[in-house]
Amino acid sequence: MKMSVGNMYNYFSSKEELAKFAIKYSTNILAIELREVNNMNISSKEKIYVFVRKYLENVQKSPEIIEYFLRVYLSNREVFKQGCEGFLCVGEFVTEVMILLDEGAQKKEFREQEFFPAFGMLMGCLGGFAFLSGENVLDKDLLAYSDAVADNIYRALKYEQ
Amino acid sequence: MNSKQKPTVVWFQAITCNGNTHSLLSANASRLELFFDSFNLIYHPSLTIEKTLDDILTQNEKIDFLLIEGAITSNEKFFSISNDSTFNLLNKLSSKSKYIIAVGSCASNGGMHAKFTQNDDIYGISDSINEQTINKLEHSIINLTGCPVHPEWILQTLFTLKNYGKMQLDEQKRPKELYSTLAHHGCTRNEYFEWKVEGAFGEKEGCLFYDQGCRGPMTHSSCNKILWNDISSKTRVGMPCIGCTESDFPRENMLETKKNIGIPQDVPIGISKRAYLSITGIAKTFKIDRLNKKLMD
Repeated sequence: MKMSVGNMYNYFSSKEELAKFAIKYSTNILAIELREVNNMNISSKEKIYVFVRKYLENVQKSPEIIEYFLRVYLSNREVFKQGCEGFLCVGEFVTEVMILLDEGAQKKEFREQEFFPAFGMLMGCLGGFAFLSGENVLDKDLLAYSDAVADNIYRALKYEQ
Repeated sequence: MNSKQKPTVVWFQAITCNGNTHSLLSANASRLELFFDSFNLIYHPSLTIEKTLDDILTQNEKIDFLLIEGAITSNEKFFSISNDSTFNLLNKLSSKSKYIIAVGSCASNGGMHAKFTQNDDIYGISDSINEQTINKLEHSIINLTGCPVHPEWILQTLFTLKNYGKMQLDEQKRPKELYSTLAHHGCTRNEYFEWKVEGAFGEKEGCLFYDQGCRGPMTHSSCNKILWNDISSKTRVGMPCIGCTESDFPRENMLETKKNIGIPQDVPIGISKRAYLSITGIAKTFKIDRLNKKLMD
């Protein structure tokens, strides 16, 4: 960043404050992208496919953003327990996931279920693939898996007659 | 008491459970006394004896205030009074009236009876009175929705019209001074709503919006400001608001909140779902111990 460590304290009062800002910054990138997808005039199934592709493109283009979320935010909860607990720092992204799920269920594209199992499945699937990419264990290019990942997510959510 | 100087009131009952009559009789005693001192109730099928409905229909004098309780049908096989349909009787009475007031949700919108699948000819009064008659009225038809309507709303409407001759109405012809706020306003459970603490039917604690189907934040009504029996309301005693003043009443499954993947389908009036969900996510993050405890052990 071409900046001394001490200079950071001119902008953030503590390491914790810097960590909180960083997590808000990284999740808001995803929130803005998902909001754009939510506002598209396409089916909820297509929204999942579009968003998964955008997400994986982010993982490929800016791996540090997703890595930060996975390796810092989720693994170091004590850093975030004051002022960043619960959904406080990731609220905008969670809201967009709620909108995606709510609209899909209203249109009967998605089946009825509780929110947290659906949310956990979606996030687990996306996070898991970012992890695999970060560990360089994937056989193919990351984006080659996009439709297959989206298909798995859609199958877990889709409405059953 | 000079009854000739008092405005006349006729209360016509169509297809009804009599709930609004019961409501009127439950009015604050001094207010009801003032009503009888100020108006001349010349006909009510359960309360007056001097005149019959036929007397009212054949009299030459105009009716100052015609109040209708119940839904209307032209189908005599389904419902008739003195071998005539409620549709015909309503139109005959309306042509003699200066002001017409629908008392309750059935008279306003058809209510429960309009859901009856074996007769699709059941309506509120606005869809039943012929247009020429409506055009000759001194005031638009007034809808006092509610199941039942609060007695004070009836009295306040009559006194306002008696003294000022007109009332401001909303797009559903309800008086704005009674229906411009929501049932949510004045609800004693608002703090639970703010912090998203769920409640259960009949209990003192918790908000009834999340699981119990409460429609308070999307129902135009002053029943948490003008209290029943001057002391209470449905939500105050743990009964969710069932939205009885809105035109979609009665809805199905009224005692449960319709949700999609755990997210309420309907959110408070005028608030976007995105805004509502953002606030909800933040509020749910904090667990307020005081609000999660019983008020009395």
